[in-house]
Amino acid sequence: MAASVTSTLSTLPTPSSTAPRATHDARWVRWTLTTIALLFLGFFLVLPLVAVFAEALRHGLRAYLASFSDPDALASIKLTLLTAAIAVPANLVFGISAAWLIAKFNFRGKSVLTTLIDLPFAVSPVISGLIYVLVFGLQGWFGGWLIEHNLKVIFAVPGIVLATTFVTFPIIARELIPLMQAQGSDEEYAAITLGANGWQTFWRVTLPNIKWGLLYGVILCNARAMGEFGAVSVVSGHIRGETNTMPLHVEILYNEYNFVAAFAVASLLALLAIVTLVLKSLVEWRHARSRA
Amino acid sequence: MSSVRAPRSILPGFGLSLGFTLTYLSLIVLIPLAAAFIKTAGMSWADFVSAVASPRVLASYRLSFGASLAAGLVNAAFGLLVAWVLVRYSFPGRRVVDALVDLPFALPTAVAGIALTAIYAKNGWVGQWLEPAGIKVAYTQLGVFVALTFIGLPFVVRTLQPVLQELEPELEEASACLGANRWQTITRVILPELLPALLTGFALAFARALGEYGSVVFISGNMPMRTEITPLLIMTKLEQYDYHGATAIAVVLLIASFSTLLLINLLQKWSRRFHRV
Repeated sequence: MAASVTSTLSTLPTPSSTAPRATHDARWVRWTLTTIALLFLGFFLVLPLVAVFAEALRHGLRAYLASFSDPDALASIKLTLLTAAIAVPANLVFGISAAWLIAKFNFRGKSVLTTLIDLPFAVSPVISGLIYVLVFGLQGWFGGWLIEHNLKVIFAVPGIVLATTFVTFPIIARELIPLMQAQGSDEEYAAITLGANGWQTFWRVTLPNIKWGLLYGVILCNARAMGEFGAVSVVSGHIRGETNTMPLHVEILYNEYNFVAAFAVASLLALLAIVTLVLKSLVEWRHARSRA
Repeated sequence: MSSVRAPRSILPGFGLSLGFTLTYLSLIVLIPLAAAFIKTAGMSWADFVSAVASPRVLASYRLSFGASLAAGLVNAAFGLLVAWVLVRYSFPGRRVVDALVDLPFALPTAVAGIALTAIYAKNGWVGQWLEPAGIKVAYTQLGVFVALTFIGLPFVVRTLQPVLQELEPELEEASACLGANRWQTITRVILPELLPALLTGFALAFARALGEYGSVVFISGNMPMRTEITPLLIMTKLEQYDYHGATAIAVVLLIASFSTLLLINLLQKWSRRFHRV
């Protein structure tokens, strides 16, 4: 009770003041609004998440674990990991290149380029798959050429990787561009003036500055890459054990009324989502602290 | 692109990053997207109209646009509330709730789809209470709306949060000093400040909902004329090897999405001007 004297400049409401400040909401308003918001989120977010695990464990832990001994399920996990392992690094290199270009230089058409990078976000997943069918499919632009050379893109792994790359295309670039723009180029100018070459400047000055944003982008990109459904569904051909990613395998099992197995595979993807959210919060927290 | 001049900067890498960025962008995005428009340009006008304006396709537009609009509006209202509560109030577990808002971004759409179906089916956690009241959600248009609301939830919250955080408390203090009550301050001072961000968030949620596929197909039941969304119709045409029909509908959907994107860009320009004044 010693700290009864509070600075008049302090904007924090003191616990002792009973009269509500004009710029703060009354207690019952706070309570009501918070309750409604939490109920809405609980209903729309928490319930579906819990339902995945509840349905997966409906017939006990043994039935749950048995779902993963299915070789097709394992193949789908492998394919999903492979797809993300190609699509994420490809978009990472692109994201860095695009952010360097847009944040460090002024040139005509820059705003058009920024808008074009965002385009895949505005395209329906189904259309993202369709456009690759039009280019590489049997009747597509390169369809004949691909058959002559005995190559398969559509209904095969390359198509799945391409569609995934398209869907996750802007994610890393969108994280890096505003970050690098906000940081400016002063440190890079200093490095160059002191005799560093371009790559040294990038590795020792730029990269340490953007590492949290970069990590953040990679985490989000990876989650989307592993979970993409619509686009991959169009180009995959649904061949069990060969071109089925995890989300597609969930669909097949679900449509066969094999609900426990479907939700078991889905629970892995839900875990991935939870891990993504945790990592994302940690990165945000570290980033906020490193700036403070 | 020949009009691009090398800028006067001592930083290296302009040519390399420009070359790589444009090549990658063209190969992955621009050329495949152009394929859809070129394919459609090869159709006769009559074929195009019969593909994009048949009764079944029109019914799918009505559902897709209507449900996306409704979901966007619900998200605008509740997103504003959630953002306000997260920024202005403190309560135990606030950071967990804040992180959870991004769940629809992180949870694969197919997983969201089967989970929502399980909840709202007639023996599900919520469905068993709604069904006796005569409300059917799973396999109806209401189900489409529920899935699209789930998908669009983070957009409004995430566009509003930074704006709310930057809102100067002096504005509210001035308003209170000048004799406004809390309700007047909120409706006449705070809401107008938030409007551009609110509209942007709504447009983003709407655009996302328009193209959404994975979370909807499980809960909608996919009945032609009634619960068939436009992206599903594209999928159906593709499975029937009707590439022209699928592409024509895709072009209509793309034009709608790009118009929304353009609108969002204009909104953001407007809001920047709004904030500078």
